[in-house]
Amino acid sequence: MKQTSIQLGHGSGGQWTHDLVREVFLRHFDNEWLRPLGDAAHLPALGGRLAMTTDSFVVSPLFFPGGDIGSLAVNGTVNDLAVGGALPRYLTCGVILEEGLALDDLERAIASMAAAAVAAGVVIVAGDTKVVERGHGDGIFINTAGLGVLREDWPPVRTPQPGDAVLVSGTVGDHGAVVLSSRSGVELSSDLRSDCASVFGLVEALFTAGVTPLFLRDPTRGGLAGVLGELADDAQLEVRLEESALPVRAEVAGVCDVLGVDPLHLANEGKVVAVVPGDQAQRALAVWRARADGAEAALLGDLGAGRPGRVTVRTRYGGARILDRPVAEPLPRIC
Amino acid sequence: MPDLPPPRAPLVRETFLVRGVVQGVGFRPFVYRIACREGLVGFVRNDGAGVTIEVEGLPAALDRFAAALRAETPPLARVHGVERAPQPPRGDEDAFRIVASATGGGRDTLISADIATCADCLRELHDPGDRRYRYPFLNCTNCGPRFTIIADLPYDRPNTTMRGFPMCPDCRAEYEDPLDRRFHAQPTACPACGPRLRALLPDGSRSAESGDPAGVGDPVGIALACLRGGGIVALKGLGGYHLACDAASETAVARLRERKRRDEKPFAVMARDVDAIRAFAAVEEREAALLASRERPIVLVRKRAPFPLADGVAPRNGWIGALLPYTPLHDLLVGEGGVGGPLVMTSGNLSDEPIVHDDAVAVRALGPIADILLVHDRPIHVRADDSVARVVGGVPRHLRRSRGYVPAPVFLARAGARSVLGVGAELKGAICLTRDDQAFPGQHLGDLKYAETMDFFEESVAHLQAVLGVCPSLVVHDAHPDYLSTRWALERAGLPTLAVQHHHAHVLSCLAENGHDGPAVGLALDGTGWGPDGTTWGGEVLVVDGLSMRRVAGAKPLPMPGGDRVTDEPWRMAVAALADAFGGPALDGLADVPPLRDAPAQTLRGVRALLAGPMAPRLPRSSGLGRLFDAVAALAGVRQVVRYEGQAPLELEAAAGDADLDVARPYPWQTLPDDDRQVIDFAPAIRAIVDDVRAGRSAGDVSARFHRTIVDAFAAAAEQAARAAGLDAVALTGGVFQNHLVMTGLVRRLESAGLRPLTHAQVPANDGGISLGQAWAGILALGERGARES
Repeated sequence: MKQTSIQLGHGSGGQWTHDLVREVFLRHFDNEWLRPLGDAAHLPALGGRLAMTTDSFVVSPLFFPGGDIGSLAVNGTVNDLAVGGALPRYLTCGVILEEGLALDDLERAIASMAAAAVAAGVVIVAGDTKVVERGHGDGIFINTAGLGVLREDWPPVRTPQPGDAVLVSGTVGDHGAVVLSSRSGVELSSDLRSDCASVFGLVEALFTAGVTPLFLRDPTRGGLAGVLGELADDAQLEVRLEESALPVRAEVAGVCDVLGVDPLHLANEGKVVAVVPGDQAQRALAVWRARADGAEAALLGDLGAGRPGRVTVRTRYGGARILDRPVAEPLPRIC
Repeated sequence: MPDLPPPRAPLVRETFLVRGVVQGVGFRPFVYRIACREGLVGFVRNDGAGVTIEVEGLPAALDRFAAALRAETPPLARVHGVERAPQPPRGDEDAFRIVASATGGGRDTLISADIATCADCLRELHDPGDRRYRYPFLNCTNCGPRFTIIADLPYDRPNTTMRGFPMCPDCRAEYEDPLDRRFHAQPTACPACGPRLRALLPDGSRSAESGDPAGVGDPVGIALACLRGGGIVALKGLGGYHLACDAASETAVARLRERKRRDEKPFAVMARDVDAIRAFAAVEEREAALLASRERPIVLVRKRAPFPLADGVAPRNGWIGALLPYTPLHDLLVGEGGVGGPLVMTSGNLSDEPIVHDDAVAVRALGPIADILLVHDRPIHVRADDSVARVVGGVPRHLRRSRGYVPAPVFLARAGARSVLGVGAELKGAICLTRDDQAFPGQHLGDLKYAETMDFFEESVAHLQAVLGVCPSLVVHDAHPDYLSTRWALERAGLPTLAVQHHHAHVLSCLAENGHDGPAVGLALDGTGWGPDGTTWGGEVLVVDGLSMRRVAGAKPLPMPGGDRVTDEPWRMAVAALADAFGGPALDGLADVPPLRDAPAQTLRGVRALLAGPMAPRLPRSSGLGRLFDAVAALAGVRQVVRYEGQAPLELEAAAGDADLDVARPYPWQTLPDDDRQVIDFAPAIRAIVDDVRAGRSAGDVSARFHRTIVDAFAAAAEQAARAAGLDAVALTGGVFQNHLVMTGLVRRLESAGLRPLTHAQVPANDGGISLGQAWAGILALGERGARES
């Protein structure tokens, strides 16, 4: 390819498209199912029940400390399968490219996708490329669909109940803080990194250790607050957090302070929230903390019957505030 | 020939239907007394409509009776209406009687608020010969607990928290004697049969109980010894627990602040009488009357200099909240034979949480703070904090409307077809429930973001419905989608809902309490409220006509770098205002201006990056005047970081003292026409303030000039709006109208322009009054009573 940036012709279906697919996508993703570049990938039989999911990725900036849109597109879908009780196996990759995108940037994102797929143990078996006019996209949009094999012991035999424990596998708000920081121009620390990673290992470790999770979720958009809110609503229980137990990095807290946002509302891309029976809480915590990706796991609190549908945070002084769950963007509210 | 009786005027008979607060306040014995005095026969009884009286006798006696009914009403009674109707004389009665209730109290009756101990009871309290000598729970039909102990209607002892105290024969005899002050006094009690006081150690173990045969000590004596020694006492009051300590002891006050984790928010001080308050504060006559009123609110009065009490009571504040004793127990502590000086009397809670009223919770939450707990066994059914008021422009104004005032109604210009519930805003939560042409604001709740406060919110909704005997058919909430009151309305109320924009509701609240049932201009000046255009509002000139609202002018929105965080750190708003007035890069040349000089360096760098960065156009923007006051307080060097809500504007106002705004020169401002409204831009004022600050002008001068600017700018905008709309009524509403200089300045300016300013006197101008406006909006939405479905 002689071009250095994406042009409308790359989406024509002609030679440019063909070249782009071979020289960028196939070169990085290469595998026996994708290689024929047929209309559909032909896959071998998978034992057991299947889980399938899809997710679309739009992020600005495309590249950020700790990740980029490529690794995000793989891990986001892999993590949805993992917390859905499945072993992630195959992904598809549909991209919508904006005219003018530097080919180097595309290549960088696709290479990152390929690396993330290898790390997560999944194979990208089908894809699609479209190009939109300049101004109609934000560089790259990626959609991935994922196919996985469901665990035999999932979904759990019972729903969460009062006395069950709530855990998170590590610090919260890292990814959201990175993105907000670079988007707002507020760059206080060079140590800030996205947590973008597969969480399959964290989930698998619980089951291997004989822990029986009753609820698993990856706290992406809406953050920890969003996931716990869904938990409180679905279970019709009160989720009771201890403020002192919330793991937040100092760099994240610093960005949040300037911007006036709550780290519990920020997205995470490599964390798991789990509810486990109260008597398994310490075991689950130990299993996670023994892993590099769970070293900062925390027991956040428990479930109670008191205020169904609410998430409360017990402050250091013993009071309990209600965790805000904005219906849209957080809005100022003080009078 | 039989003797004929001497000729005399024919007998007449009439019914009197009396509406209002007329049950549980000694009204029937009062009627009995005046009927007997005038030699009338007939009866009086409570019924669903209030009190029904039938009297028969000579016409002149009936007229004197009718006059006395109006003129001599018992202190707690509030007569809202008397209907007279002639009846055929019966001629078969030999006396006037109090007869049993027809229905036991129905849906039109009103229960009384909790009322300070009356003079008769105080006399008994201090009379060694009285059987209630030093008994902390004495009360009568003229005083004592009501709202906070009533669980349900009708108002009878079994429906109050006195249900567990069967009356002794002496109390029973008083209770049944129509001529006794305690006739049908539901909470009446004496040492033989009533509640008992106990002193507990902080771990909840018993230290002493009143009337304890083991005689381990007198609880009041133990508490007094503790207070005199600089200790902290948690005492159970009417609507919740208080924490008390010696207000003159710097160490006691410091210890209370440390244990309660309350840095600077002023404490209220209770003293035995107005003269005792005058020892530490200047009290004007209207303030004295308000202090001594039977509602007994905390009244903000000016501190004396030098201040003879501990500086830590109200640090860096020209004002102090003072109050007088309102229960017999208070009187035993600060009155005759008490501790001898004023006491700090602050809500027994953890910072920002609702007042504690449950005994078990008290030991858990207040045990670690107090040295002694003074508790008793009369449960508090529903919490009510002390009310807080301030005399502004010669009129008492509520800052917090609660104990002593709730559940007194606000009378509306017309009746609603059905009952409406307004759920208020969020930071100063308070609900309001309507019944016919009356709106009943509930007690102050606090910040709904705390789980306990939200529980209290739900209690308040249930309790007000129970004691008013109504169920709402419409719930009105703020338009802010994330207020917890909004969420409750939409997710939990299970009723039809209506959203009303924050400042629209503020204006309707002011119009409702002034009985103004038509269009008006509204000046809604406060901190922040959700606006439908995606910005947050709070410096608005509105034209409101019932459910329709037009925004005709208002302050220019400024970015809020850090969202709600700006309210904790006024320097952030100052930086935003400076960047707006001078341009971001020019801030480098203003490093000597207090907010830029004193802000923490790293956060300041972040805030400047935020204001200049790519997200700047998407920062939340606010036209809230509270934020402008924050910015100017920081610019004037008054305060960069606050320790309690509203501290910066309060201290900015205090800096101006009693400045004469006629003398202060206004700063320049400009008016920019926007699409459909006038935008008031204070950037020229910000530039001039920087000049003043750099020229070494005092914070007081800057504050006075700024206040004058606000008054001038909004008086001009209101006049223009009123002329354009052909209106003369201007509602002044929002938290900024707690500010004495703004309120008095604008009232005077509008009056001299021939306009009619309407102000708040029955509910707070702050968000605590919003629910009344919401409720009024609901009534307007439901249409008039004529539309009632059969």
